[in-house]
Amino acid sequence: MGYNCVVLIKQVPDTKRITGDVMNDDGTVKRSALPAIFNPEDLNALELAIRIKDKFGGHITVITMGLPAASEVLRDSLFRGADEAILLTDRRCAASDTLATSYILSCAVKKIHYDIVLCGRQAIDGDTAQVGPQLAEKLGVTQITYVEELTELSGRTITARRNIGNGWQLVKTALPVLLTVTGDANEPRVAAAKKMMKYKNALAPVEIEQKIKTENPGADVMDIKELAEHKCGKLIEQGLLMKQWDLDAIEADLSWCGMSGSPTKVHRIQSVVLAAKETKQIEPNEKAVSDMIHELIADKIIA
Amino acid sequence: MIEVNRKGEVWVFAEQHNGQIEDTPVELMSKARHLADTLGVKLAAVVLGDGVKDLATKLTQYGADKVYIAEHPLLRTYQTNSYAKVIYDLIHKHSPQIVLYGATIAGRDLAPRIASATKAGLTADCTDLQIGDHTTVKDKKVHKNLLFQIRPAFGGNIVATIINHDRWPQMATVREGVMPMPEPDVKRKGEVIKEEVTLAQSDLPLEVLEEHKRPKKVDLKAARIIVAGGAGVGSKDNFKLIWDLANCLGAAPAATRAAVDLGFIDHDHQVGQTGTTVRPSLYIAVGISGAIQHQAGMSQSQKIVAINNDPNAPIFGVAHYKIIGDLNKVVPMMIKSTKEKSVKEN
Repeated sequence: MGYNCVVLIKQVPDTKRITGDVMNDDGTVKRSALPAIFNPEDLNALELAIRIKDKFGGHITVITMGLPAASEVLRDSLFRGADEAILLTDRRCAASDTLATSYILSCAVKKIHYDIVLCGRQAIDGDTAQVGPQLAEKLGVTQITYVEELTELSGRTITARRNIGNGWQLVKTALPVLLTVTGDANEPRVAAAKKMMKYKNALAPVEIEQKIKTENPGADVMDIKELAEHKCGKLIEQGLLMKQWDLDAIEADLSWCGMSGSPTKVHRIQSVVLAAKETKQIEPNEKAVSDMIHELIADKIIA
Repeated sequence: MIEVNRKGEVWVFAEQHNGQIEDTPVELMSKARHLADTLGVKLAAVVLGDGVKDLATKLTQYGADKVYIAEHPLLRTYQTNSYAKVIYDLIHKHSPQIVLYGATIAGRDLAPRIASATKAGLTADCTDLQIGDHTTVKDKKVHKNLLFQIRPAFGGNIVATIINHDRWPQMATVREGVMPMPEPDVKRKGEVIKEEVTLAQSDLPLEVLEEHKRPKKVDLKAARIIVAGGAGVGSKDNFKLIWDLANCLGAAPAATRAAVDLGFIDHDHQVGQTGTTVRPSLYIAVGISGAIQHQAGMSQSQKIVAINNDPNAPIFGVAHYKIIGDLNKVVPMMIKSTKEKSVKEN
């Protein structure tokens, strides 16, 4: 027997690599200048799913909700070992907070037969860690958050070690289950050359349409549609067409999606500007360093 | 969700394990007290557990007007589903307007599960909370006295103020260490309300087979002086410099996430957005470039000394004393002059 795993992934701006090049003169960040990457802990979730499949067999479906450009992380998942990739894209998803996002994802996951749902613990653009538990509640399944290791999987029972901050806990429960996986869980494998060769031309329908538009400037809408359908048909034959769902395909109730489905709203956004304070420059020599230490002692900063 | 309820109380989930209340909800009490006073409503602490009613006294001393006690043998150890079910029921029974949780591991596991079941808003990892008015863009309607849920986002590069004007309760988790621990007032009196709890074994889908806890290796929050090293220190061996300087200053050794990831020192020592937030009298930053995520955890220090060989390191932006130079030379100089000083005193 094998296990059906669904892995939820997100494409995020690489907030950890903020250097001078992406800063505006006023000290704020140029968001568009940041590269888009595979959310790091989602890679750990995918790796865990691949290890489950390697050991027990089964099927791995990867889902991302995002803009068409997020197809990139889906292809990356196929390169690493996922079997199937689904792009969940719809303009009506815009402005979804974590509650609306978890609702939309739950509608998508319910379309798939699953035993184990895996998510990264949190995404580096928001760091909320909320979507995993919220999705588990919407699916009505048990959640195990902060998973560091899957210690046993046997029949319909799973045992995992989870981080509890100042230690760890070994917990056991029945499938189906939702796991949120931490960066300590494993070392994600790199893309396999063979799979890269196989899937490098895999595309989602929206990408095909964009590509045809660029290749045929000024072409008629109907012509583009026809060309795109033809191309999709060819990719299906080759097993290279990534699935694409919108909110209608997953039968989502629109009142729970996007802005209307989001109780939290942004009141204000302020950029954090690195504050320049009054700074004394100390020369790196014994006299200056010693004077500084004495000053700190005199100011009762050092007891 | 519950209706907007202006008379609703302000609640703090007083997370406890083995009869010990976690630090974060206690830190939250003085802020929550302030919110309740601004709104003119009562502040209540909510305790779940088994044999935990004695904790009510402590919570009252830290500012609670009321303490809701939910006791049941099945609440002895924390589990997502059982705790979520009890709090969900209490929210629907009492309609609080604000519910706050510590952003601890359990708090971050529990609060989203409750928010999803309640279909209410939740903001994670707040660093500040205020009361203020919000005007909705569409209809220009003014919503008075909402909870401003203030949190860093985008890797700490922006600070977002989040509100929830219609689907209450307004809920947030609050980061550990960002609010100072209040002083208890031993004379304060409050009301204790015992809540009936109905739970079945099926509300506990997890079986906890083993649990290992260890005390933190260092108490950074309590340290008066912190000596922190970054990736610039170079190696675990060279990190000895940080330990040496810390030892002779009676300081706590700390590190950036980069240094922890490189294995120079244990995660317990990490300062910053994903580590501990500190505000010591003196923070000595050695070989730290000063990523915003790190600064978020230390910029409130009273005095900051930064040593880095890169004159453009962002850490210098928040430093009071800036030393551009080789840490391998400067740190031994600091050790030497600190030792000389103490020799003179003796």
